[in-house]
Amino acid sequence: MSDTTTRQPDDDELTAERLTSAPLEQDNPSGIGVIGWLRWTWRQLTSMRVALILLFMLSLAAIPGSLIPQNSQNAFKVANWKLAHTTVAPIYQKLQLFDVYSSVWFSAIYLLLFISLAGCIIPRTWQFVGVLRAQPPAAPANLTRMPVYAAWHTEAGAKAVNAAAYQRLKRRGFRANLAGGSVASEKGYLREVGNLLFHLSLFALLAGFGWASLASGQGGKLVIEGQGYSNTMTQLDDFTGSALYGPEDLDPFGFKLDNFTSSYQTTGDHVGEAREFTAHIRYWTGEDSTKLTKGDIQVNQPLEIGGSKVFLIGHGYAPVVTVRNAKGEQVYSGPTAFLPQDSNLTSTGVIKVSDYGEKDGKKTQLGFTGFFLPTAAPDFTKTGPVSLFPGAADPKLVLNAFAGDLGTDSGLPQNVYQLDTKHMTQLQQDGQIAKVLLKPGQGWTLPNGYGTVTFDGVQQWASFNVSHRPGNAVALTGAICAILGLVGSLNVRRRRIWVRATEAPDGRTLVEVAGLARSESAKIAEELAELAVDLQDDAPAVDEDPSTAPEDTVPADLNSKE
Amino acid sequence: MPNVSGVDLQLADLSNKLIYAAMAVYLLAMFSHIFEWTFGSKGAVAVRSAEQATLAETVAASGPAKAVKKVTVTVASAGGGTTTLTRTALADAGATVVTSGRGDNDDVDGPGAAGTSEKGDLAGRIAISLTVLAALLHIGGVVARGLSVSRWPWGNMYEFSCAFALTTVLAYLGLLVAKKNVRWLGLPVTVAVVLTLGLAVSVLYTESEQLVPALHSYWLAIHVSAAIICGGAFYAGFAATALYLGKDSYDRRMAAGLTTGPFGTSASIWQRLPAAATLDKLSYRINALVFPLWTFTIIAGAIWAEAAWGKYWEWDPKETWSFITWVIYACYLHARATAGWKGRKAAYLALLAFACFLFNYYGVNIFVTGKHSYAGVG
Ligand code: HEM
Repeated sequence: MSDTTTRQPDDDELTAERLTSAPLEQDNPSGIGVIGWLRWTWRQLTSMRVALILLFMLSLAAIPGSLIPQNSQNAFKVANWKLAHTTVAPIYQKLQLFDVYSSVWFSAIYLLLFISLAGCIIPRTWQFVGVLRAQPPAAPANLTRMPVYAAWHTEAGAKAVNAAAYQRLKRRGFRANLAGGSVASEKGYLREVGNLLFHLSLFALLAGFGWASLASGQGGKLVIEGQGYSNTMTQLDDFTGSALYGPEDLDPFGFKLDNFTSSYQTTGDHVGEAREFTAHIRYWTGEDSTKLTKGDIQVNQPLEIGGSKVFLIGHGYAPVVTVRNAKGEQVYSGPTAFLPQDSNLTSTGVIKVSDYGEKDGKKTQLGFTGFFLPTAAPDFTKTGPVSLFPGAADPKLVLNAFAGDLGTDSGLPQNVYQLDTKHMTQLQQDGQIAKVLLKPGQGWTLPNGYGTVTFDGVQQWASFNVSHRPGNAVALTGAICAILGLVGSLNVRRRRIWVRATEAPDGRTLVEVAGLARSESAKIAEELAELAVDLQDDAPAVDEDPSTAPEDTVPADLNSKE
Repeated sequence: MPNVSGVDLQLADLSNKLIYAAMAVYLLAMFSHIFEWTFGSKGAVAVRSAEQATLAETVAASGPAKAVKKVTVTVASAGGGTTTLTRTALADAGATVVTSGRGDNDDVDGPGAAGTSEKGDLAGRIAISLTVLAALLHIGGVVARGLSVSRWPWGNMYEFSCAFALTTVLAYLGLLVAKKNVRWLGLPVTVAVVLTLGLAVSVLYTESEQLVPALHSYWLAIHVSAAIICGGAFYAGFAATALYLGKDSYDRRMAAGLTTGPFGTSASIWQRLPAAATLDKLSYRINALVFPLWTFTIIAGAIWAEAAWGKYWEWDPKETWSFITWVIYACYLHARATAGWKGRKAAYLALLAFACFLFNYYGVNIFVTGKHSYAGVG
């Protein structure tokens, strides 16, 4: 086609080949010196190709963390793994393979990705605002070069046909502009809106994550039925804070665990599997601990109290034991939390009687180690002390006794679940280790006149995770916008249609209709055909003399462009 | 006979029987589809052509007094050739006929599995009827399972698998009802369903039970249903992608003068499938449609995790692999949007993404332990 050899192809003609509205990318450094190279680097970083590579690298980088134990999830597992793989462990440690998701390399990839995203999306946003304010781009000079094209001759006047086409396009919801003897129109701007919204929401997600990791903290607390808790550093069993959230920032509140209900499967394949856990509490917020509100916490239903969320994460039994010394004075009484060792809640624990007083004129303390079995096996000879079912159907307590110095007075913090027997001797009876198996209500007279122990009953305990995490709302808003954006971006088709009616030399009018899809899978041909058939109501086609039919002007082969 | 633990054993038993019955009928449907393909290979493969346009003209001409409106749109196709689409309508009347005549051979959709064989066509129809019957039994099985425990029937891997297979079949039947030309998908769909159910009843089976408290949440209904639907749809996208790659190889081999399809397969199989471009478009459509739903699935999972464990994202293996799957699908969509990455290269990415999805489903549940490991396997 002679008119095109001398002419630069239109923008639209170029995009026609690529079926996308993504900006064109340039490969070579342009300009000179440092600035040229910097610009080139920036352009590379914000190019689709690099975005693709970074995305791919991100997915690869995420894999090791799913196969190697991670400190952030289970530091204990990491320690075991290191012991089992002594040769590679130091290398892994250096490569931060135990902390993949906070490692330098993982962070570098996603930060680069977000920089690339900003460099790509922000200019696109401005560009798009410009597009919205301008009219749809005018018809290219040669419509036959467009990917979809139709034409016919009519007796109707060119002006009238153009005006009719303008009206019809408007009615179909196109933004249309009639100028210079042709109609230009475009539809599906929501696609671009969706695409921009989606990519921008990714920043909101990142901001939400960032805020959360800078300003959140969480702690754990075990509470026995009937006992209370107030949210302070001294009362928490453990606490992890962050840069902007330390122990002094803990939200002021507290609660009392009234009781804990649990139920378990009693028949079938899954006997003993948990069915329900509920912690019934009364809580207060602020300084006033007398105004109590009732609340329930379940496994999937945390309770929001004064800026923190309280999650139920564990539970177990606390046998209630009373200890009397040789004189019959009560020296210890109350529940002691035992820790579950298996799914049937075979539990182990330690009871420390630090206020025992004197024996034989010497200051003495008692310690007990033991098992609590909610449903004890009838016979321990083969299995040892185990529980057969997690519910308290036949509770039994097995105890060993120690006397001496617990080491609690040394001032060093002690693990309440462990007995330090360095300065203690285990009590013996008839030349054997003294040991007892108690049912609720039963008692045990300790050997050598140490007094008595009674097993009064059992209570339950629940452990809670108290978590303060801001930024959730930001991340959630980002997530919702991202989904909405995606739906628009992937399902709206953006396309342009042009109509040009011109007077042919023979006095008739030539009507040309052409379309360009700006995204994949556009049903543009069907749409164009529909429009053209409708337009024939205003511009009826005249019978063609085959030799002059406009169909003869076959559209240029798109790939053989000069 | 509801018992203490809240499981209706009769219904649970009925559910198992229905699932087995559905499997048997799917198996018959699969054989029927195999017959369809076999008979089809004997019939000549007709090429649909622009001749059909004459049909349109006859219809249009039947309105004697009325003027006929006819437009032929020329469409540039990817290979550099052109195709045409003709739309014919009567002036001021509704009747419209659309035909797509094709200008070159590249883009011709094949006639489907049955070719032009009538026996093959009959086998295909029988296969579809059997699939419908099996789907009804299958629905019955899933519903009975849910009723037996009065909850959503996807609390463990056995139940996910049954539901996932069902969504695949329903997606396929839905496309057929919408009059899409997808009967050629019948064989891959029935094979996948028979395999999934087979694995479910043998390896993954667990008795009907109530849920552990960690799964007591309406998020189970939301998050897991979404995941199951994604699974079914991703599978359909995968089948279309794989067939696209096969058809494309076949086209290249033909161009190079060879007479068989890839891996020595019979050319007749590939001739009967839709054109490579059609398969490619279909796979893109499906994947683009599911991607937002998959995004939603992950976000719903994160919200649930926040409610259950206090943190919405902990890089638990299941979360990690969902993320990896998501990123690779995003790569695929990006690749499609950039020039030079259409066709085969993008298709490989789609296959990789589906492989990640499958690994997340089977691999992570079975081999990797994490917080999601209560799926009731082993
Ligand atoms: C953070 C990771 C990213 C994700 C998850 C992501 C995801 C997506 C998705 C799913 C689409 C598909 C929408 C469509 O086909 O229209 C898309 C399109 C697009 N993305 Fe991204 N993207 C990311 C980063 C980037 C970056 C870094 C850039 C720029 C360098 C970019 C530029 C684009 C463009 C230009 C489109 C539209 C392509 C078109 O014209 O159809 N994206 N993105």
